[in-house]
Amino acid sequence: MAEAHPVGFQWVMEAKRRGARVIHVDPRFTRTSAVADTYVPIRAGSDIAFLGGVINYILSNDLDFREYVLAYTNASTIVSEDFRDTEDLDGLFSGFDPEKRTYDPSSWHYDGHEGEGDRQDTHMQRETASALQHESHGPGVPSDPDRDETLQHPRCVYQILKRHYARYTPEVVERICGVPREKFADVARAWAENSGRERTTSLVYSVGWTQHSVGVQYIRAGAIIQLLLGNAGRPGGGVMALRGHASIQGSTDIPTLFNLLPGYLPMPHHEQHATYADWVDSISHPEQKGFWHDAGAFCASLLKAYWGEAATPDNDFCYGYLPRLTGDHGTYQQVFNMIDGKIKGYFLLGQNPAVGSAHGKAQRLGMANLDWLVVRDLFMIESATFWKNSPEVETGEIVPEECRTEVFFLPAASHVEKEGTFTQTQRLLQWREKALDPPGDARSELWFFYHLGRIIREKLAGSTLRRDRPILDLAWDYPTHGEHAEPSAETVLKEINGYEVGSGSPLSTFGELKDDGSTVGGCWIYTGVYADGVNQAARRAPREEQDVAAHQWGWAWPADRRILYNRASADPQGRPWSERKKYVWWDADSGEWVGHDVPDFEKTKPPSYRPEPGTPGVEGIAGDDAFIMQGDGKGWLFVPAGLIDGPLPTHYEPVESPVTNPLYKQQANPTRKVYERPDNPLNPSAPDPHAEVFPYVFAVSRLTEHHTAGGMSRTLGHLAELQPAMFVEVSPDLAAERGLTHLGWAHVVTARAAIEARVLVTDRLTPLRIDGRVLHQIWLPYHWGSEGLTTGDSANDLFGITLDPNVLIQESKVGTCDIRPGRRPTGKALLEYVEGYRRRAGITEERRAPIVTTDEG
Amino acid sequence: MGVRTWIEGWPVYRQLTGTDPLGRGAAAQSPRSKGLTARTETADSMARSVCPYCAVGCGQRVYVSDGQVTQIEGDPDSPISRGRLCPKGSASKSLVTSPLRQTKVRYRRPYSTEWEDLDLDTAMDMIADRVIAARAASWEDADDEGRPLNRTLGISSLGGATLDNEENYLIKKLFTAMGAIQIENQARI
Repeated sequence: MAEAHPVGFQWVMEAKRRGARVIHVDPRFTRTSAVADTYVPIRAGSDIAFLGGVINYILSNDLDFREYVLAYTNASTIVSEDFRDTEDLDGLFSGFDPEKRTYDPSSWHYDGHEGEGDRQDTHMQRETASALQHESHGPGVPSDPDRDETLQHPRCVYQILKRHYARYTPEVVERICGVPREKFADVARAWAENSGRERTTSLVYSVGWTQHSVGVQYIRAGAIIQLLLGNAGRPGGGVMALRGHASIQGSTDIPTLFNLLPGYLPMPHHEQHATYADWVDSISHPEQKGFWHDAGAFCASLLKAYWGEAATPDNDFCYGYLPRLTGDHGTYQQVFNMIDGKIKGYFLLGQNPAVGSAHGKAQRLGMANLDWLVVRDLFMIESATFWKNSPEVETGEIVPEECRTEVFFLPAASHVEKEGTFTQTQRLLQWREKALDPPGDARSELWFFYHLGRIIREKLAGSTLRRDRPILDLAWDYPTHGEHAEPSAETVLKEINGYEVGSGSPLSTFGELKDDGSTVGGCWIYTGVYADGVNQAARRAPREEQDVAAHQWGWAWPADRRILYNRASADPQGRPWSERKKYVWWDADSGEWVGHDVPDFEKTKPPSYRPEPGTPGVEGIAGDDAFIMQGDGKGWLFVPAGLIDGPLPTHYEPVESPVTNPLYKQQANPTRKVYERPDNPLNPSAPDPHAEVFPYVFAVSRLTEHHTAGGMSRTLGHLAELQPAMFVEVSPDLAAERGLTHLGWAHVVTARAAIEARVLVTDRLTPLRIDGRVLHQIWLPYHWGSEGLTTGDSANDLFGITLDPNVLIQESKVGTCDIRPGRRPTGKALLEYVEGYRRRAGITEERRAPIVTTDEG
Repeated sequence: MGVRTWIEGWPVYRQLTGTDPLGRGAAAQSPRSKGLTARTETADSMARSVCPYCAVGCGQRVYVSDGQVTQIEGDPDSPISRGRLCPKGSASKSLVTSPLRQTKVRYRRPYSTEWEDLDLDTAMDMIADRVIAARAASWEDADDEGRPLNRTLGISSLGGATLDNEENYLIKKLFTAMGAIQIENQARI
């Protein structure tokens, strides 16, 4: 955190100054470790074993926050008698189909409800990353499942959890993670001791957790601990995701993502959502309780925002205009489609996949096989110059004179040359004022897309083709100003917020959105950012003039809540758990929820409220259902529906690992998304023959002085001087083993690529003892490429493409490799060199890495 | 110069009589440095902004003089950052004023080995034509069973996490109306 989010880290130091203990678990000793109280080196890719060990420690010592767990989690819920655990089936859960490599999740469901909930085909769910829709809500479950409040029923979630993690002992953690058992026990004890009524513990993670073939389950494991210890919805608690771009949260909420529409509404699928009613019902689950019950209003208001007057109740608000998904249309599928010549044109908008995405060679070969490419960026980036200055030009795989891609480079406006909102990592929107006009031809994306749409509409005007109606009917009349006819960002923000169609008055809360076409709402979770016609994101009352939640600075979705699920900061009766941790509570005198934040609960619903059983919608939420977006009102220790790879996190090895899974015969995530192609070779993984050709584990991450693919940092003098060269960090032991010299050259090899870097020999990497032998890890920054003031080989070239099945994010934080002294070969010799490794590793075009490695299931 | 001014111009006198007994501040100040003013004080305007790098969202103040950014510094009012910036945020003036920044449209013809110049309006027109043509050539009306598809798989787009919400909103809206679904950004990687 100190390394990649330094200014956010000041609050960790502030907490430390007040007595908090800071524990840092990381494969490499970083600037965070340097100021932490405890640093724990860990094997990359083994986090679920570590976290599972913590869960086991909590449960086997009865250290859970029982009152919280009983009231606010699904610990007491009874699960189907058909459920079988990975402990029973050697690494698989019940319902596995070895052909499709997906689960039929009906046996994971709550008892007596096996046939209910989402009946979608899980293969389709994987293809469309449908779990992402649950970023703001849980999938469908019955609202009143059977419970055993004594937690003794053998099939209650609590007992299932206890059995599932029973083998995750300190000894097993030591064997899998390389963390000595005493050190592990110290962390587990500290976490549990610092949680409860009086104290809370915060868990922080970054992309190091998401970029794994089990990334979602990493985060689930952290969430289970935080729920068991009562650290969710309370001040100083939570699971904090530190994201890496200025508005990456905003671009997920208002998604430029293939499977989502604004506010986590799903992009329609051609089978599942053939009609408007299918689409709305799949989101609202009419029989279910919670706020998603009103999804019809969110859907209708979005379509009104898109198609304005053309969208009427009679034509289902132009639902028929929406394009449909048929499967995986994610960025990695696109890259392979580019290589196969299926994609004609590609826009790159401030993203540099030639350096920043996994398998750089595939990225660049894909771009070299387009009809046209539009790159919009501040600087000349590697993704714009692949045709003249890439590793493939050096090897002859791309020949400029033979490369057909037509490239347009359009300079972009910087953050000070346009106005608009970023949404930062805690869901806070902050409006930026414009300082000056952009130089030369540089323009904002708002300008580019508004005018591109305008020109296309002009060119298509008069078309009678059905496919052109959605473009011609589009509500696209934004006022413009200035010499370059810049569209008004504030008008767009007002549309995102939503307004009444008749009066044009902005809405204040998403509860005011209507399903009859009388409201516009471009992103329902952002309704309120323009409440009272005031740009709430532009609020900037100085911090000294505000209370702890700083509500007069910016605006957080939803409804300006700063801590989600903050109903859980009070006990079931609505009283603060303790004076120290008081945040939101029930005030019986005034008959409402009060406190330091906007309550994440209906303001006047008393803690004692109990609905009639089976009441759907918001009325169905009981006065102690703190997790109001979940179908049963509870935080989920066990996930009965909505995940592709299982209801509980289970330790699987990374797809490329030198270690045989000590817990299950099933080596790696059996449901992972794979692309089995000759141009996406994978290193053999233990226990397969030849895994030893790539004996070391490598991880990549960021440096303080550089940013992602380097386009905004390797181009700046100060930053290029502070971190002037690509390097690879190794321990003194590994340096001795491989003959590597400090500051000399070395090259790192995988089945995809060989890249070179300067060697940094430091104690910051600790050789680990795994399963009785020494395992070396190496580390590389991933910022370098061939453009900018400092250039070097790209670490992401080393990775192949294998994805988490829930969200289709690639495993690019861990892999296996070899490392050798000296520079890599150049030209065609480089291709032959990597081919030699593939040959020795038994990788042929026909080889398929084994995926299902157990006979059970 | 009167005697009084002469004496007060003597640093040791100021050190002994003033508020700076250690002689590290006002007492040691030369007339030249006393006459200096920070460029933030003389700026024509100041915009309240947000750092463009990671997702912490540190407040920035952007100072402009004579149509140029002259300084970017942390916004002390921000409850998130309390005026601080990291090395990247502190370098953001270099980001926006860098001589390496591209300010002209560049165009690479198929099979060419060099960039060419291109007028922005021409580029916009050419891109619009290519979008229309790609869409027409790859349009899918319906699936095998006649259910609507309304889409093109001929067009892709990548990027959005460095952009504004308003921009992402228009990008998704326009591409969706065009039937282009292969829209992705940094959140997927």
